[in-house]
Amino acid sequence: MANTERADGYTEIENAAMRARYASVFAPPSWGGRLFAAAALALLVFGLWHLGFSPSRFLNGVGSLGKLIVLMFPPEWGDTATLWRFVKSLGETVAIAFLGTLLAAGIALPLSLIAARNTTVSRVLRFFTRRSFDTLRGVDTLVWALIWVNVVGLGPFAGVLAIAISDIGSLGKLFSEAIEASDQRSVEGVKASGGAKLHTIRFGLLPQVAPVLIGQCLYYFESNTRSATIIGIVGAGGIGLQLSEQIRTLEWQKVALLIIMILITVSIIDHVSTRLRNAIVGGKPTAI
Amino acid sequence: MPPRPTVEQMASAYAAEVALKRRRFLVSTIGFAALVVLAGWMAEIRLDVFFANIHKFPNYIARLFVLDSGPFAGHFVLLDVPAWFWGIGKWLRLLVDTLLIAYVATFLGALFAFIACFLAANNLGSSHWSSFAARRFLEFCRTVPELVFALIFVMAFGLGPIAGILAIVIHTTGALGKLFYEVLENVDQKPIEGLVASGASWTKTMRFAVLPQVLANFLSYALLRFEINVRGASVMGFVGAGGIGQDLMEAIRKFYYPDVSAILVLIIITVALIDLVTERVRHHFITQVS
Repeated sequence: MANTERADGYTEIENAAMRARYASVFAPPSWGGRLFAAAALALLVFGLWHLGFSPSRFLNGVGSLGKLIVLMFPPEWGDTATLWRFVKSLGETVAIAFLGTLLAAGIALPLSLIAARNTTVSRVLRFFTRRSFDTLRGVDTLVWALIWVNVVGLGPFAGVLAIAISDIGSLGKLFSEAIEASDQRSVEGVKASGGAKLHTIRFGLLPQVAPVLIGQCLYYFESNTRSATIIGIVGAGGIGLQLSEQIRTLEWQKVALLIIMILITVSIIDHVSTRLRNAIVGGKPTAI
Repeated sequence: MPPRPTVEQMASAYAAEVALKRRRFLVSTIGFAALVVLAGWMAEIRLDVFFANIHKFPNYIARLFVLDSGPFAGHFVLLDVPAWFWGIGKWLRLLVDTLLIAYVATFLGALFAFIACFLAANNLGSSHWSSFAARRFLEFCRTVPELVFALIFVMAFGLGPIAGILAIVIHTTGALGKLFYEVLENVDQKPIEGLVASGASWTKTMRFAVLPQVLANFLSYALLRFEINVRGASVMGFVGAGGIGQDLMEAIRKFYYPDVSAILVLIIITVALIDLVTERVRHHFITQVS
């Protein structure tokens, strides 16, 4: 090996030394890695083929999508009655998200005490509570919405109940995890000064976990605003009903207006809730 | 040194603090209650309707688990599992479709997000304007719910999984793009400076200084997104955009009770399995790096 300078300014010996020292950087991609990448690509191609994807069909679709987008401009609402209907259903959407989250939090809090290891009353009960959380979470909000429509009829109330029931699962799980991660010393302090079980929860546990729980509720309120915009598609109230109606009747300018309304509302709610969350949790990122 | 407050002073200060806190609590509680009432009015909460109909809910859930045909009609579903899962072949095919929709959409969405995140990050040489534009674009992609996109795409691309894939791709691009550029903005600058100092081009800097730092995170986020997209793809059929959702909605609308529970059981098991597997893989990636 000659100690001559290479094009990059290093000598052959230096180069070889660096290759030896940082072998992992200079190594060619491992066979496992290559195989993994090839399998991932193959699955992509198979998936596209299996699902009936073809370039011509795709291009046709893009063409008609372009026409639709042209038809969307300028966005407009037609008459005042329609605009009022849109605004009202937007308010309904936010109300659904708000009440759904509130109801879910109210029910999830006592249940999460049962589901958390350090506050539970019995292991069997804990197991069943946790599994019910999993089941509630496993069923999509839209499915719950369809089920509640069968029970309480069409309208926003079904939406509230759908969001509430699927969030009992999510919030219950998050709440119980926050409770399990809490500091036990304050709980022991209350116990040592003669507090009963309920006292330890009220004065030892709740003040500690409340900011985290409220942060999680706010986060879910944000995400529920998005869900509430679509549950109207299955008849559970909110702006989704208007949206699917306008799409079905091919009123593209109104569709564009509705999408803009959804965008603005969701952004405002996101903004406000992030502010509130930071104020409550003190700027620290919430463990979500 | 200021004089130490007496016990009486401290007690009265404490009482004043507590009184202030109580007043604040009272005011915010009243405000909150007003909000609840307003929202209840807007969402047309009818407690009388609720209590008159609530008994239907447990009945409905119970009926999901009662067979409605075959020799065991009217009995618990587990007595005749083959009759309960009579459509298993068709449902599994649709479930595979659903998983493929989620996979393809996550793959493509992650790819677009990967491209967009370098434009959106403000520490890797992207201009102010392109980063602003990329961020607004990603925001648009993730703020519009994917079912809204699906509804529109069904009109443009026709009924079927392509509309569903595209809708999820757009949403995934928006959601992952944001996470990706946040990761990029938190990279350690030292390796980048090292490469720039030794004269490496932009692509080489990204390849050898940035990617090794972020790739594990990117993959982990993409896998997490895959989990979410499996759930999303399972309801795409509600608007005719492919997957098992179509059959599920039909079963609910037409009151085929045991079918509803059978399909839901299949979806829940699949989602749980996917969660389990991706969590393992994610842990593998994370430990491999650290």
